[in-house]
Amino acid sequence: MQGGKFAMYMRKILLSALLFGGAQTTIAQEPQFGEPATQADIDKRFWAVFPDGENLPDGQGTAVAGAMLFEDNCHACHKNPPDEPSELDPEDAADVLFGGHGTIGTDGSLATVGSYWPYSATVFNYVRRAMPYTAPMSLTNSEYYSLTAYLLYKNGIIEENTVMDKDSLPKVEMPNKDGFVSAYPEIPEKYRTK
Amino acid sequence: MTDKKTMIVDATDQVAGNGLMSRRFFMNSALASTAVVAGGSAAFAQETSVGEGQEDWTLYPGDDAPEYGDVSQFEKGRVKKFVAPPVGGRTASSAGRTPLHMLHGTITPSGLHFEVTHHGVPDVNPDIHKVVIHGMVDRPLKWGVEDLENYPTVTRQYFMECSGNTRVNWAQPKPDQNFMYMTHGLVSGSEWTGVPLSTLLDEAGVSPDAKWIIAEGGDSGSLSRSIPIEKAMDDSMVALYQNGERIRPSQGYPMRVLNPGFEGNTSVKWIRSLYVTDKPVMSRFETSKYTDKLHDGKSLQFSLEMDVKSVITRPSNAIELKKKGMYEITGLAWSGKGKIAKVEVSADGGRTWADAMVEGPVHSKMLTRFRIPWMWKGMPAVLQSRATDEFGQVQPSRKALLAARGKKAYYHYHAVHSWSVNARGKVRHVYA
Repeated sequence: MQGGKFAMYMRKILLSALLFGGAQTTIAQEPQFGEPATQADIDKRFWAVFPDGENLPDGQGTAVAGAMLFEDNCHACHKNPPDEPSELDPEDAADVLFGGHGTIGTDGSLATVGSYWPYSATVFNYVRRAMPYTAPMSLTNSEYYSLTAYLLYKNGIIEENTVMDKDSLPKVEMPNKDGFVSAYPEIPEKYRTK
Repeated sequence: MTDKKTMIVDATDQVAGNGLMSRRFFMNSALASTAVVAGGSAAFAQETSVGEGQEDWTLYPGDDAPEYGDVSQFEKGRVKKFVAPPVGGRTASSAGRTPLHMLHGTITPSGLHFEVTHHGVPDVNPDIHKVVIHGMVDRPLKWGVEDLENYPTVTRQYFMECSGNTRVNWAQPKPDQNFMYMTHGLVSGSEWTGVPLSTLLDEAGVSPDAKWIIAEGGDSGSLSRSIPIEKAMDDSMVALYQNGERIRPSQGYPMRVLNPGFEGNTSVKWIRSLYVTDKPVMSRFETSKYTDKLHDGKSLQFSLEMDVKSVITRPSNAIELKKKGMYEITGLAWSGKGKIAKVEVSADGGRTWADAMVEGPVHSKMLTRFRIPWMWKGMPAVLQSRATDEFGQVQPSRKALLAARGKKAYYHYHAVHSWSVNARGKVRHVYA
């Protein structure tokens, strides 16, 4: 804590108490140093897109355009086993994105966008903010819709020509949408250790 | 301990099987000292300087005071984090694990605090970095580092643990034999200083309908997690200092969220947006990652609070027993719910247990050190520790944990850890 600044602040409180009377002092006890945030301040820092589509931007794309973008921007890291064996630990490194449907909970469990991710909008939310890995946020919103469409199409969830935009994307239901149980605030009884 | 060869151990000093001793034993023996009797010196023929035989560092002045102190040259390169090399030349996450077996006490040196980054460590300029609070608030506000410095701060000791810590113990058929920073090095303890998040939220004026806060970082993945509003209003802070100095870049310089006791990934580093809302964002790091796959095909989501857990750091598989005799078994215990109340230690694979000494002051949601004397007679042993927190949560056996959740959970492994000691003093990780 900056002792000097705080002391100065306390003097200000005292001064305002003298000027405005006792009723003001209790309200003024809390230090307030936040500055008003403008919409531009917020837009620069806020990238969250919600499963219900909140905060999805304008723009649109299909898997057709997404296929080319994927080849140029994604394929170097994201291989597609078993056709393209990956030496990487799928939990640790670049994710396997396709396949694995119905394997969660089995010995051959393969968690991919198609087999594991519960919400379609999360795909857009993550890919836009974080990909391509070496150049995140370097594409347009329509290009990110196209890549999202490609990932969903390659997982057999939408058609190749289905247009993804802020209205259609959140309506896409993922195969594993019911696969999660909340452990907050408490882990369900059946998964607790005895 | 006047004569190790003839030291007699009374059977009544034993508090559990296979040599676990009363802690009084160490206290008593520490009082005894070995007298060193100097031999009578012979008459001298020629006088030499009195420093004859002294080391150079005693005979010559050393370096001037450095502006920023460093470890001994003899420690450099020895005491370090375990950083796995990128697999196949690429990596989408990077982890540095704390060398718990080389450290004592409960505070991890800042440079040895574990780190996991998913998009590398950003080089954030504190003069232009700001955090905004917006969404379901009366007044959207922003703060830079200088603004936050004006508030009264809180300083607390907290552990931080990645929920992937000890993940290899879930499914790996054979116990991992890397030194223990591979299995347990994703936990560390620090003293953190910052502004309570509730102070900033109150200033912005949070709607009574708010339920979650969506935190986003300023790294190149804009890492994002949802934090329950009740946690944010309880003990979360925006931390600026770690162990008395500004947070290191790998820990979120110049500001990070700190959610005490929660899985590390929720304490978003390089924090730049806190969006107050009524629903979680379901980001990649709370759906695709940091969800715990169960044996029935379901996955636990928002398993935020870290479980009660402990591990013996000495002896461990990095430290061999060179000879029979008295040792101190010591380790760390922690719970995301509160304080550690008890740590039991077994030297016979869990057949018998004795209470270890829990070293105070015990802080809530912080690493707590335990210790107990152990007489190793050269017999095989299996050493285990089992922690209990103030809420009565008991660290489970590996068998019990796997029975409850299967082997694929990947995250939140917290079972009792076992070290076997063979007759030659070699220590190995075993499942027991």
